[in-house]
Amino acid sequence: MDAILFLTFAAIAVACAINLVLQTHPISSALSLVGVMTSLAVLYLLLGGSFIAAVQVIVYAGAIMVLFIFVIMLLNTQGERTQPKKNVLPIAIALPLLFSLIGVLAAIVATQVPAGEIVKFGTFSGGDPLTFGRAMFTRYLLPFEVTSVLILIAIVGAVVLAKKEI
Amino acid sequence: MPPIPTVVPMSWYLILSAILFTLGAAGFLLRRNIITVFMCIELMLNAVNLTFVAFSHQLKQVDGHIFTFFVMVVAAAEAAVGLAIILTVFKNRQTLEIDEISSMKL
Repeated sequence: MDAILFLTFAAIAVACAINLVLQTHPISSALSLVGVMTSLAVLYLLLGGSFIAAVQVIVYAGAIMVLFIFVIMLLNTQGERTQPKKNVLPIAIALPLLFSLIGVLAAIVATQVPAGEIVKFGTFSGGDPLTFGRAMFTRYLLPFEVTSVLILIAIVGAVVLAKKEI
Repeated sequence: MPPIPTVVPMSWYLILSAILFTLGAAGFLLRRNIITVFMCIELMLNAVNLTFVAFSHQLKQVDGHIFTFFVMVVAAAEAAVGLAIILTVFKNRQTLEIDEISSMKL
């Protein structure tokens, strides 16, 4: 069951990432990025990170991507101009080389790298909000407070950039 | 063809993370639209987050999740400031092609 879930959502993530790179219009890329983020949230759940999976959906797929789509809509951009194909020869040489490189790397990884410990759902529950909050507000309290300063700087910077002519 | 294993080893998560990071880096280098380039940076950050969470599972400690949380915070701040810069650039030059905004001065 773990393997089926992992393979399904890993395939969705990789397919969406490839689509992100290949699409010419930013809106299509943004939707693909949302697909990558939500499937990564499922993988976080499989790894026992329930809190971080929720934050991934709410903050990343929710807030940050809404900001992106807002800017894309505001700028009303067109798709990229496709440049005229000049020469097919480099692509014809590069593609087989790329695939052979990927094949060799996959063979090396499959034979040389140890598989590591088995990841099984439910063996690690240290990512729940209770444990997370305890660590965040005891051991990592100072970085947490410093982060608030960073966000304040970001707010001031965004307001200054948006306010007047530069 | 070997049968599909029923359990997931640790290395699969790291390989997936490496694939996503490579795709993000490739998009960063290949795309010409500044917003798409920005989204590729977010993709790379997500790939790094997956590595953090995977190692957190392996070491049975919550620290990796906290690092992931901080990466998300920095990504949110970066997106706010970066998109404001993109808006300003578009206001001044009426283009989003990164080849046409290669000079700092107008």
